[in-house]
Amino acid sequence: MRVPLNWLADYVDLPADTDPHALAAEFASIGLEEEDFFGPEITGPLVVGRVLELVKEEHSNGKTVNWCRVDVGPEHNEDADDPKDPQPGEERPSRGIICGAHNFVVGDLIVACLPGAVLPGDFQIAARKTYGHKSDGMICSAKELGLGEDHDGIIVLKNLGLSGEPGDDAIALLGLDQVTLDVNVTPDRGYQLSMRGIAREYAQMKGQSFTDIGSPSIAEVNAPTADGFPVVIEDSNPIDGNVGCDQFTAVQVTGLDTSAQTPFWMQRRLIAAGMRPISLIVDVTNYVMLELGQPLHAYDTSLLGDQIVVRRAQAGEKFTTLDDVERKLDPEDLLITDRNSSDAASGRGGKIIGLAGVMGGAAVEVNDETTDVVIESAHFDPISIARTARRHKLSSEASRRFERGVDPKLGPVAARRCADLLVELAGGTLSPATTQVGQAPEPTVIELPVERVGSLVGVDYSVSEITELLEGVGAAVTAGSDTAASGNADSNVTLSVTVPSWRTDITDDVDLIEEVARTGGYDRIPSIQPAARAGNGLTEAQRTRRRVSNLLAADGFTEVLSYPFTSDKRDDQLRLDAGDARRSHIRLANPMSEDLPLMRTNLLSTLVDLVVRNLGRGAKDIALFEAGLVSTSAGLPAGPGPRHLPGYHPSDAELEDIYASVPAQPYHYAGIITGNAELAGVWGKGRKAEATDVIDTVRRIAAVNGIDVSVEADQIAPWHPGRAARFVLADGQELGHAGELHPKVCENLGLPARTVAFEIDFDALLAQDDLRTWDGALSTYPVSRQDVALIVDADLPTQTLAATLREGAGEELELLETFDLYTGDQLPEGKKSLAFRLTFRAPDRTLKAGDASAMREAATQLAAERHGAEVRS
Amino acid sequence: MTDQLDPLDESAVKAAVDAALSAFADAHTLDDLKTAKIDHTGDKSPLALANRAIGGLDKADKAAAGKIVGKSRGQVKKALDARQAELEAERDAAVLIEESIDVTLPTDRNRLGARHPLSLIQEQASDYFIGLGWEVAEGPEIESEWLNFDALNFGPDHPARQMQDTFFVDPADAGLVLRTHTSPVQSRSLLQRGVPLYVVCPGKTFRTDELDATHTPVFHQIEGIAIDKGLTMANLQGTLDGFAREMFGPESKTRLRPSFFPFTEPSAEMDFWFPKKVGGPGWIEWGGCGMVHPNVLKAAGIDPDVYQGFAFGMGIERTLMLREGINDMHDMVEGDVRFSARFGMKA
Repeated sequence: MRVPLNWLADYVDLPADTDPHALAAEFASIGLEEEDFFGPEITGPLVVGRVLELVKEEHSNGKTVNWCRVDVGPEHNEDADDPKDPQPGEERPSRGIICGAHNFVVGDLIVACLPGAVLPGDFQIAARKTYGHKSDGMICSAKELGLGEDHDGIIVLKNLGLSGEPGDDAIALLGLDQVTLDVNVTPDRGYQLSMRGIAREYAQMKGQSFTDIGSPSIAEVNAPTADGFPVVIEDSNPIDGNVGCDQFTAVQVTGLDTSAQTPFWMQRRLIAAGMRPISLIVDVTNYVMLELGQPLHAYDTSLLGDQIVVRRAQAGEKFTTLDDVERKLDPEDLLITDRNSSDAASGRGGKIIGLAGVMGGAAVEVNDETTDVVIESAHFDPISIARTARRHKLSSEASRRFERGVDPKLGPVAARRCADLLVELAGGTLSPATTQVGQAPEPTVIELPVERVGSLVGVDYSVSEITELLEGVGAAVTAGSDTAASGNADSNVTLSVTVPSWRTDITDDVDLIEEVARTGGYDRIPSIQPAARAGNGLTEAQRTRRRVSNLLAADGFTEVLSYPFTSDKRDDQLRLDAGDARRSHIRLANPMSEDLPLMRTNLLSTLVDLVVRNLGRGAKDIALFEAGLVSTSAGLPAGPGPRHLPGYHPSDAELEDIYASVPAQPYHYAGIITGNAELAGVWGKGRKAEATDVIDTVRRIAAVNGIDVSVEADQIAPWHPGRAARFVLADGQELGHAGELHPKVCENLGLPARTVAFEIDFDALLAQDDLRTWDGALSTYPVSRQDVALIVDADLPTQTLAATLREGAGEELELLETFDLYTGDQLPEGKKSLAFRLTFRAPDRTLKAGDASAMREAATQLAAERHGAEVRS
Repeated sequence: MTDQLDPLDESAVKAAVDAALSAFADAHTLDDLKTAKIDHTGDKSPLALANRAIGGLDKADKAAAGKIVGKSRGQVKKALDARQAELEAERDAAVLIEESIDVTLPTDRNRLGARHPLSLIQEQASDYFIGLGWEVAEGPEIESEWLNFDALNFGPDHPARQMQDTFFVDPADAGLVLRTHTSPVQSRSLLQRGVPLYVVCPGKTFRTDELDATHTPVFHQIEGIAIDKGLTMANLQGTLDGFAREMFGPESKTRLRPSFFPFTEPSAEMDFWFPKKVGGPGWIEWGGCGMVHPNVLKAAGIDPDVYQGFAFGMGIERTLMLREGINDMHDMVEGDVRFSARFGMKA
């Protein structure tokens, strides 16, 4: 809401020396946050001038300009003409100014800005040579001074209804020194979208008494008559049982002077408030809306049918709003229509004249020839207006106010105020015939236990202060019935508070408490840290996530956070099979981009983009990881989701439905390494990342959490079919995969060949039982080491052979290391040799050489039985 | 040196000793010392010969000569050993010096990774509240509309529920959204943990804003809710003041300004005092807060006449931007490794 301070001063005592920035801060402290600040944009000299002489000069470019002698007052006039460039006519104290506009004559008072002045847009005025003369200033148009769009000619003061003497300060005369504050009105406070509402806030903030010009008991209103313009409300489709229009006031003015113009002061205020002057009648309706907060509409009576009908649209109806857009109407849209009595029997035969409370149409708009008007001052259902405005993406000054709540008692006041202004500014006669359909609702009365105010806010308010603050808001406060019974102790008093009609946001005692806290000042609230109950610390899941993330960072991965939006195309690039569960995405109804309408089912699908981005920015060896939620459409409810109104506590069964409607979202970790795993440098050429690097990463993740994980070969996209590992947890659950990405996948995504990656389901890791055991003190007897090389089939997984050796070697095997892998000429085709070092230690004795070799023999024996392993000699 | 030294000639013996000591002192390498050792203590050295000559002396002279020569040989031996130790120490030191390396060479053979500062800041905030006895709650990012809106007193026609702010899961009547704030975790906590309740909920949130210098469709918040008997706005102010000190330094504090949120009443915008603000200390808007609306408690089956409390929420990105002087949202969301590298594992 833009608040021109000189307008505000009409209703409150606003000292002339008010510091507008300080005022903005004060407004912020009662909830009106500063959005913008419009201060004076012009520095002088900007003065009234009288055109003494003018000569029209035609120039070779075909343009005719006026060479003028202008009296700009004794302070600014030059006493004598420049002999080389004399001004037209008799030599007198004056200045010579070139002007291209032609809407003025000799003798007119105009606005001249003189050298040294600065106009809006940092436009610096200097004397300059133009069209063969020295122009010693500029005669200004309204647009040049930021007074509107009018650039057809220069300002002639009499046309604005202004006067003055040459040399007078035009900045003050035109109100260009005015300041406007733009304050942000929160969506619950429709009443603040008016000078009336802002003035009330100001008055209360400053402790001033306030005269409410919007109150029907203070302002003049027309009494309803039987012969008012016929208005019928026919709401066949109320939303949630609320009639779309609960009150409709209409008054009529006849005999308006069609030549009457909007006075300058009103134009100035409209512009300052952010609206565009259009025509007198429209401007007056807008002015009253800004002043009181009641949106109004004026219809040309001669174009209107016999009656106005407020009704819902029918399916298929169309209507072109004043912004020239044809709108397909919805049966929930509330319309203002008209109807002739002659075809009343035929039903809805009239024209649609407006989308109620949102925007009118051209059919019955006031125009240059309008002399008689019907003024609509209605109250509409906020929900209905909000839905229509959103449905048609049509937010207007009117709809903004109706959505946020317009004072239901304001209709008759605003209608009369509008009519009075029209009569004052355009002549005409206010007809006593006044329509009043419907009634404003009864005021809300809320019982407010005084004790609740202090116990919620933490400030000790007295009953009298609470009463005073609520009365300042506009409420009527009386002591409730139980006061006498409970004595005089403040804490036992209950107040009976009648909510002012414009405060449709106040429905409960907490709303009143907020008003007490707000108007009493939030700065009075002390700072007291509450003593929470002892908590349980971080959860195991939270601690484990930190442990894993820190491990990865220490292992060289940089944590990143990619957007979770993806596409079918990405699944193709990742070579996911048609039936792959990772293709079952949750789809967004309104994605940021139609190219990325899906939620990711795995982290790698979006993480790869960040690798590509880093490569594009010149990084070479990159290791990234991401931790976050993924989802699939599995189990997504088919039907509409559960709906309940605010404040409703669902039953256990309904809650179960709600929880069950939310798809499972497992927490994943994924990482990618491209380029070198070990960096190049003075120590050597570095080492390319390979599948084993990320396989080891997953193993380390399991190990730091004390979890056993086994590894097996797997063929799964997006990995290389021969270089991918699948991790299986002790309970048989799959943990995830790691390995080299498929060469085609790298090609599809623009990743370097041999990029490696892992992705694991962290929730599966968390779900594992801790199977670690501890069976006594560490043995300090010496170890005995035995090496053995075994020849086995090339496709026998090392992990399998190692497990067999462990089993065969028995409990005194402390450590089994695989230290060599050989394939080649010295071995038969299809065979490989694996070399192991077995470290034995007994808990209770020093092992003899014979003991250890016997255990080694046992191990190789079992390997021979199980896998046909031969000891390589 | 072939002249036979008279073992009884004290001055001659002393001369031989002096010659030996001087030769040792002049030896600057272990090799030189070895030569000097042979010359002055070897079998053919004057003192050795003199010693041998003692055997041929009269019994009366033997004792005197033995004393003279023995003492001298002892003196020479001691000097030799001392010099030997000295030169060996010099040699050892020289070897280590020769083995010197340039300790300023690059050492980063193994890449150092980094945590994302947005994660670190969530951990810092969580740790602060854990220290106060609060707990850290989490919830899903694809969330039920009821939990994201209705349970928080957002009516069906609240502007925030419209498509221009909220990502809806297809079909739009499925009742699922990408959570627009971390507040549904409030409701989940109220429903599942009950009261008294002191939790913070950090996490990822979504709104349909295009990415620019100050907006991102995917961002993070931390939300706090405390419900107990007798909690007041003063407790809200106290909690925020403490949190501001944790995040922005011991001189920080907060102030409240009236505002509107459906799930709180009274509601407030919260500014914090930032001593390190660019251009001088000042107030900066940080987040929203207020006393939890009775409808929020009712929706969770909690009696608002018995329990009351407060909630607050702030943007993690904004907190990080302000604290670290980051000007552009792009840097935080684009995953450039250079950004996180600056923070290492500490934001």
